[in-house]
Amino acid sequence: MIRVVLPAHLRALARVDADVDVSVEGDVTQRALLDALEARYPVLRGTIRDQFTLRRRPYVRFYACERDLSHEPPDAALPEAVAAGAEPFLIVGAMSGG
Amino acid sequence: MSGVRVLVGTRKGAFILTSDGKRQNWEVSGPHFGGWEIYHVKGSPADPNRLYASQSSGWFGQLMQRSDDGGKTWQPVGNAFAYDGVPGTHQWYDGTPRPWEFKRVWHLEPSLTDPDVVYAGVEDAALFRSTDAGATWHELSGLRTHTTGTSWSPGAGGMCLHTILLHPDDPQRIVVAISAAGAFRSDDGGATWRPINRGLVSAQIPDPTAEVGHCVHRIAMHPSRPDVFFMQKHWDVMRSDDAGDSWREVSGNLPTDFGFPIDVHAHEPETIYVIPIKSDSEHYVPDGKLRVYRSKSGGEEWEALTAGLPQTNCYVNVLRDAMAVDSMEACGVYFGTTGGQVYASADAGDSWTAIVRDLPAVLSVEVQTLA
Repeated sequence: MIRVVLPAHLRALARVDADVDVSVEGDVTQRALLDALEARYPVLRGTIRDQFTLRRRPYVRFYACERDLSHEPPDAALPEAVAAGAEPFLIVGAMSGG
Repeated sequence: MSGVRVLVGTRKGAFILTSDGKRQNWEVSGPHFGGWEIYHVKGSPADPNRLYASQSSGWFGQLMQRSDDGGKTWQPVGNAFAYDGVPGTHQWYDGTPRPWEFKRVWHLEPSLTDPDVVYAGVEDAALFRSTDAGATWHELSGLRTHTTGTSWSPGAGGMCLHTILLHPDDPQRIVVAISAAGAFRSDDGGATWRPINRGLVSAQIPDPTAEVGHCVHRIAMHPSRPDVFFMQKHWDVMRSDDAGDSWREVSGNLPTDFGFPIDVHAHEPETIYVIPIKSDSEHYVPDGKLRVYRSKSGGEEWEALTAGLPQTNCYVNVLRDAMAVDSMEACGVYFGTTGGQVYASADAGDSWTAIVRDLPAVLSVEVQTLA
């Protein structure tokens, strides 16, 4: 299981009050993880990445293992510690706007 | 017991204000969807328990919400707004072509007869319809693909489709307005459209007969006279008596004819309301005074309504979707400000009280008259 940390607004949308665990079949990539997350919580479709292009929304960032993974290719493997469930995958609303 | 339910969209959530028919004591619920921009909340005329809400944020995009119990509980519905076919381009501020790109839903207009049918006006300007209570949305692309579409350009607030008027008896006729393209009418249920901007004069447009390019802020219509439209344009208050085929100015003695909302009394189709704003570069009421102006003659002659409204040091704005009327015997009028106040009048505007004073900036106000 992969642990995903959602920002507060998305936790409220998904009606969860803590980190969520997501099961990914096959290679653990950003795309596979987000596909699995959206399949489990359909309300999140369009909130993290565009509905149609599947590109990350501009003010959403991805972090794991103290690294900014926001610009990693969606099909690149996520860190082993994330795939193993030892470290969470953080989805973060960027600080902006005020 | 009869009463009213006021649906308020703000920069940071939705609020629902309810009262009995006297409209003196109010219950306030909210924020619903706290922290999100709620551009619009509107109830179905066919089923007052059915509400639709547009929820969005710069971070997480567009969501749509539906309530089947008058706003007590909500469920997210479909939020996929795909333009029909290859979207093409419109004109950007600098005159260059810009691909159409969905940004948000500005306005929701539920069908007058079917609670599962609802229209959505979006930015970049297009009209969508759902026939399954918001689960899926389909573009009525004849509007966006009108031959003038490539020349439409955004107003300062974005290229939004903000007004949708449904004919009370003829389901084939739909009127929409877009900033800053203008007004358009369909007489075939939304399949084809034509601009209805003849008579609009905009100083920024050198061609006095320009078919499109007018910054229409709002159009209102009384259901008993569906061919009479009242328009608050960027500057100018306008009137049409032929379903938009031609327009004439009725600004008359208004202190300024810039503004955003316009509405019609529920029982007097020649009584209309506007809230003049100082100018397009200042966006607050003139002279520090919040005044609603009422015309009982369909325009030209206006009276200031001030009782209960601040008359010193007031510098709020009232946005285009932030005024509504109820249909109680004594018509109620409501509006919300960018300062977070929602004002109500239970006597057609003669006197006002603030239902709430400290909400986030108000984006929209709708009211339901409950049996």
